[in-house]
Amino acid sequence: MTEIIKLTAAQTAEKIASGELTAVEVAEAHLARIEAVDEKVHAFLHIDREGALAQARAVDAKRAAGEPLGPLAGVPLAMKDIFTTEGVPTTVGSKILEGWIPPYDSTVTRKLKAADVVILGKTNMDEFAMGSSTENSAYGPTGNPWDLTRIPGGSGGGSAAALAAYEAPLALGTDTGGSIRQPAAVTGTVGVKPTYGGVSRYGMVAFSSSLDQGGPCARTVLDAALLHEAIGGHDPLDSTSIDAPVPPVVEAARSGDVRGMRIGVVKELGGEGYQPGVVQRFEESVEVLRGLGAEVVEISCPSFVYALAAYYLIAPSECSSNLARFDAMRYGLRVGDDGTKSAEEVTALTREAGFGPEVKRRIILGTYALSSGYYDAYYGSAQKVRTLITRDFEKAFEQVDVLVSPTTPTTAFPLGERVDDPLAMYLVDLCTIPVNLAGNAAMSLPCGLAPEDGLPVGLQIIAPALKDDRLYRVGAAVEAAFVKKWGHALLEEAPQL
Amino acid sequence: MSITREEVAHLGRLARLELSGDELDHFAGQLDDIIGAVARVSEVAAEDVPPTSHPLPLTNVMRADTVRPSLTPQQALSGAPAQEQQRFKVPQILGED
Amino acid sequence: MTVTELLSYEDALAAYDPVMGLEVHVELGTRTKMFCGCSTELGAEPNSQVCPTCLGLPGSLPVVNRTGVESAIKIGLALNCEIAQWCRFARKNYFYPDMPKNFQTSQYDEPIAYNGYLDVALEDGEVFRVEIERAHMEEDTGKSTHVGGATGRIHGASHSLLDYNRAGIPLIEIVTKPIEGAGARAPEVARAYVAELRELIKALGVSEARMEMGQMRCDVNLSLRPHGQKTFGTRSETKNVNSLRSVERAARFEVQRHAAVLSSGGTIVQETRHFHEEDGSTTSGRIKEEAEDYRYFPEPDLVPVAPPREWVEELRAGLPELPRLRRKRLQEEWGIADHEMQSVLNAGALDLILATIAEGADATAARKWWMGELARHANESGVELAAVPITPAQVARVAALVAAGDLNDKLARQVIEGVLAGEGGPDEVVDARGLKVVSDEGALGAAVDDAIAANGAIADKIRGGNLAAAGALIGAVMKATRGQADAKRVRELVLEKLGVQG
Ligand SMILES: [Mg+2]
Ligand SMILES: [Zn+2]
Repeated sequence: MTEIIKLTAAQTAEKIASGELTAVEVAEAHLARIEAVDEKVHAFLHIDREGALAQARAVDAKRAAGEPLGPLAGVPLAMKDIFTTEGVPTTVGSKILEGWIPPYDSTVTRKLKAADVVILGKTNMDEFAMGSSTENSAYGPTGNPWDLTRIPGGSGGGSAAALAAYEAPLALGTDTGGSIRQPAAVTGTVGVKPTYGGVSRYGMVAFSSSLDQGGPCARTVLDAALLHEAIGGHDPLDSTSIDAPVPPVVEAARSGDVRGMRIGVVKELGGEGYQPGVVQRFEESVEVLRGLGAEVVEISCPSFVYALAAYYLIAPSECSSNLARFDAMRYGLRVGDDGTKSAEEVTALTREAGFGPEVKRRIILGTYALSSGYYDAYYGSAQKVRTLITRDFEKAFEQVDVLVSPTTPTTAFPLGERVDDPLAMYLVDLCTIPVNLAGNAAMSLPCGLAPEDGLPVGLQIIAPALKDDRLYRVGAAVEAAFVKKWGHALLEEAPQL
Repeated sequence: MSITREEVAHLGRLARLELSGDELDHFAGQLDDIIGAVARVSEVAAEDVPPTSHPLPLTNVMRADTVRPSLTPQQALSGAPAQEQQRFKVPQILGED
Repeated sequence: MTVTELLSYEDALAAYDPVMGLEVHVELGTRTKMFCGCSTELGAEPNSQVCPTCLGLPGSLPVVNRTGVESAIKIGLALNCEIAQWCRFARKNYFYPDMPKNFQTSQYDEPIAYNGYLDVALEDGEVFRVEIERAHMEEDTGKSTHVGGATGRIHGASHSLLDYNRAGIPLIEIVTKPIEGAGARAPEVARAYVAELRELIKALGVSEARMEMGQMRCDVNLSLRPHGQKTFGTRSETKNVNSLRSVERAARFEVQRHAAVLSSGGTIVQETRHFHEEDGSTTSGRIKEEAEDYRYFPEPDLVPVAPPREWVEELRAGLPELPRLRRKRLQEEWGIADHEMQSVLNAGALDLILATIAEGADATAARKWWMGELARHANESGVELAAVPITPAQVARVAALVAAGDLNDKLARQVIEGVLAGEGGPDEVVDARGLKVVSDEGALGAAVDDAIAANGAIADKIRGGNLAAAGALIGAVMKATRGQADAKRVRELVLEKLGVQG
């Protein structure tokens, strides 16, 4: 059993295709693991045992009938509870959607089903993806498998923890300001935020529409690439979807050759305020890249210092509008409908009861930033900063092929430490946010443990829009070099659960 | 710029949140801090910098005027807190436009 | 209902100058909604034409209907507007249960069409130019039914039921610039503008624009200012005025109400008002505790619309002849006076006359029958002219029979009477009733001889050159033949037999 859950997605698919394992065996092994450890980790909000086994049986039947199987057929996946799943609850980590069963599948869900991926269930997250610790989930926090008293990152802490706890070899996330990359960094896993428009947002519950991007989470770079390919591509139901083929990510992940590539170290993303162990591991990674034949230069992106401020205006503004639909009229929670109250009152009471403090904070902030009289100073200025950040990236990519930085300034901090200190919490996403504002692509992958606390550190690789394949090329090279250096994958060092 | 308790109450009404008194106090303080921190965007937001609303420069994404299947009424109403006569049943509406 | 103080219209106009702004929403006749593929077919059972997008389900996204954009451009072009090179949709944020997302996807400071005008002909033929501020794209809301109160009114209802079939149907909102200088004719201008706009929309084929079906809805904004003053007064916004007559009445009522308030030293509150069909009055809507703040921002889920110029020019080239110009051309072709053309329009006869001409009748005859006999019938039976039970083809057939000399006017009227009575087509009525002009020259000659013999004195006058006297003899012949003779031929015979040149 332990064997099965430790396989990579690529290995699992291969063994199912060759008949060495059945998809049902694989699904059962993971369901058993979830049963064994999820009470401690709390990565899942909902486990779809029946659906998973039915899908697994269908894969086995396909194979028995000699039908061709896709590259991820039979591989289990943990899905962030932000993607709609027909007939399976979708809560987005919020009380306001408790018990909601969508009547439709997100495009990503549909593609995964078509690729014969086995969806085990829905993972925990900060409510409406607002947060960096998964503590904002209405259903309780998730623990970091490296240290259950620490945060697994957020908002996609459930997905990252499920990977790190071997509850699934693949997971799905969404990244609005770092919600895929930061959890990957603090759990020692791999997460990719694809180019905006690279993965359909249809059926992905919106937080901030111009920033949100779904993407793959995995334990290896190749697995992430396989998942990226399965979920990516044009979707006519999403107007912001890119009408072009998915970049050759799997090919790039298999190549891992960085000789002659130019790599830029972002001057503004590092130094003071960063945990020493994080800086140390980051610098080692840069040396590794140099050793692999890449050319490393320092690049300055002066507008990045305004990114966090711009983000905390744009994201709340868009969320204040996106979350207006939760009004107790058509679906979800309804509070206070005692026959004497008006629709308006019931809406206000329901939203008050159904949203947690961080969601309310952002709705109010966004409502403020968009109000007449404040729009230009706040939302308007933030959009200008967005232009400046995009220009910084454009200039940088004239000189280098990819940029690198630490994914997060620190390793996983203790649960509860920053829960009611929003500004401190927001700093977590300092390095990841510029990418969301500009819409290009980035990856986080493990680059070792911080000596002072023994917790994972993430390396962020940033590529220009539509050049997602570069992430996988560089990521695969770094990963191979580290695994060679350590003699094993980083997660092998995680404590037994 | 300082954000007051009354201002938070006004924002709460705009956003349809029945905020409690404690929340008004708490949020007023926090929002004040946050606004103070994010206001710096105006430092670099010069006249000649165009705003970016969409991260990718796409235009004219349109679909043909062809009918696609809708949900069934049962699916549409499946999440309704209350329903009557195949319609969503909601409390009395006060506003008139 | 509260009694509202009104000043007489004349007194109001003596002291004040009205300024109007008209906002018209037109529901487009596209097959699908503006942002999703749900059908727009009317009459479907509740909530059967909804999908995740138009129901605002979490995760759903909009995609723009190309035909919706095309219709907006056509309307813009027909209104002499500039068409945006690049524009965006915007979210208009406010809560209302009939609006699934609690924001309306609309356009804000970047409308697809702007800066145009529409020339409007008033009753007396005067042409008034109404300047157009903008035309923009947006979406309709769902429909609520209020239960438990009096006759479906919102007030006193215990709860409401929502049907979202209409939610997301494309709307074009057309906003005028302030209409100044219409003076006492402001209500008439308002009505004529909406009527002209409706004709235009129909001619473009983008909507049937049936006001009684809510496919076209008008908001009337009105303010008064003392004569000579430049700045506008405070306006009232009368919502959902949904017939041409009501538009005129609402404007008139508001002029009188504003004047009463102002002249008694009061101030006008900027507010929404509701129009009442029963008595033509308006009443105040709910006073909102706080000013609306729609927090518009560019819709991130939709990419900008940048209509290529070739597309715009192609649409411009394909525009139909505009209604006012078409009317002008026809009037010239027919050689009739302004007031005659106006009565054709007022009677709703234009399309019927044209259809009758298309069936082979000449324009004068077609106009004569529709505006005479048939208009009278419509009037007496209280129906629209188009609802009179006779087809343009049948009218054309009657006209043809007259032209061929087979019927005279009197007989033709009887034929029409028979058709209207359901006795069949013109030919059937002619056969059944035996209504043919007497064309037997022998019988007619004998009748003429009889008439001359019986009216010697008159015959002598005619022989003496008094041709006007011939009428009496013709009348006698017509009487003898019970009207079934061709009066023109009878006249010829009378003169011939009396040896007089006609
Ligand atoms: Mg409107
Ligand atoms: Zn729809």
